[in-house]
Amino acid sequence: MPTGSELIRQIREQIREVDPREVHDAIASSNGNGRAPLVVDVREQHEFEEAHLPGAIHVPRGHLESRIEGRAGDKSQPIVLYCQSGQRSALAAHTMQQLLGYEDVASMNGGITLWKDRGFEVETPRALTAEQKSRYSRHVLLPEIGVEGQLKLLDAKVLLLGAGGLGAPTALYLAAAGVGTLGMVDDDEVDLSNLQRQVIHTTDRIGVPKVDSAEQTINSLNPDVEVVKYHTRLDASNIMEIIEGYDVIVDGVDNFPTRYLLNDATVRLGIPVVSASILGFDGQLAVFAPHEGPCYRCLYPTPPPAELAPSCGANGVLGVLPGTMGRLQATEVIKLITGAGEPLIGRLLLYEALSATFTELKVRRDPDCPICSRDPGSISQEEMGKFPDYELFCAG
Amino acid sequence: MSTVKIPPVLRSSTGGEKEVGAEGSSVGEVLRSLAQQHPETEHQLFSEDGELNRYVNVYLNDEDVRVLDGLETPVKEADTLVILPAMAGGAI
Repeated sequence: MPTGSELIRQIREQIREVDPREVHDAIASSNGNGRAPLVVDVREQHEFEEAHLPGAIHVPRGHLESRIEGRAGDKSQPIVLYCQSGQRSALAAHTMQQLLGYEDVASMNGGITLWKDRGFEVETPRALTAEQKSRYSRHVLLPEIGVEGQLKLLDAKVLLLGAGGLGAPTALYLAAAGVGTLGMVDDDEVDLSNLQRQVIHTTDRIGVPKVDSAEQTINSLNPDVEVVKYHTRLDASNIMEIIEGYDVIVDGVDNFPTRYLLNDATVRLGIPVVSASILGFDGQLAVFAPHEGPCYRCLYPTPPPAELAPSCGANGVLGVLPGTMGRLQATEVIKLITGAGEPLIGRLLLYEALSATFTELKVRRDPDCPICSRDPGSISQEEMGKFPDYELFCAG
Repeated sequence: MSTVKIPPVLRSSTGGEKEVGAEGSSVGEVLRSLAQQHPETEHQLFSEDGELNRYVNVYLNDEDVRVLDGLETPVKEADTLVILPAMAGGAI
């Protein structure tokens, strides 16, 4: 039986080792064109947080077998592993090559220590505080989110249109998830009839502006979240000023003119919108990512006449339904921010609570869309939010 | 017979039915058959010139019939048509 150091020596003979200079040159010469090797740091969390190679992803050696395929699905892509001195990465490279079938894996000789000795740059990432590590530990454990994704959430700015049926559950879950800035636009006050579904508000806050009530709940849930309140109605005069600078917008607005206005302004600014609507026992959900997928106008070029577009205030809605749809919205927001999974772009999800069924429909980009087929800079202030029969619709 | 899924806002026109079976070999024929069974749906689906109203989306299974052959799109027995007018609502 070989000793530990003999085993490592034998293994190093069976794998390919590269000098930090080769790795550095391979990254520099690829110039972001996709031919760069995937650089994987296999050290422990605290070592990675202290400093790592620029652009490196983190898969600790102890989780290599269970997590590497989630981060590097293509087994033929070039991969460079590194650790502190080159031993752990050699063992990891051996495992990936011999047991997991990766075709082009190398271990960086001398690890990050030699990399730094050669005078190459390292990234010293911002880390989570001890309290944040505990608060978000269940996110951090997910390879699709991890510390990196959690930091993205903490840096993210999400705007919620409405602190009502859909906004309430969405805001609660986004706050719990640690979205760093939550803007809320709502001009309404909490009413007793809201409390059947708007779970962010409480009985003792009836009469209080919804944005204030929501802020109070969010502050007591998660002090990491900064709430930016807009106690107003979104309209053509304030929309650009309010939405600019947000990363994602959550749309739960209750009327068509505002939905078209929002669509046009977000296409102009290139901000993705996670949109949901509810009525009775039924909900719809879609993500509109400007120029990447269809916009709201591609799906609905013109609103229905008033008799076919009742608001849910007049028609009733199952209290749980906005909760279901709002949480699906929150999920899509988190996916957009962290880059995890496949966002609901170009698809429309229908939920029918009474039959407990989900239906997915395809939504195509309209090549002749009056808004998203154009250069975003050419969309003028005057035409935003207008649609055929706009005057008639709004008068009615 | 194909199945037509009726959205909430049209259910008052179908006596509360969420799914209606309708005969026809094209999208247009199936929708006409629906309109015959439930006359109130006709003006909601079709404009005066007999075209599909622009604010109503119709999907054959999961594809918008406008990217297929519109009302001429062939429909098979086991197909499902989904009628989908735009909805707003949520903030109230």
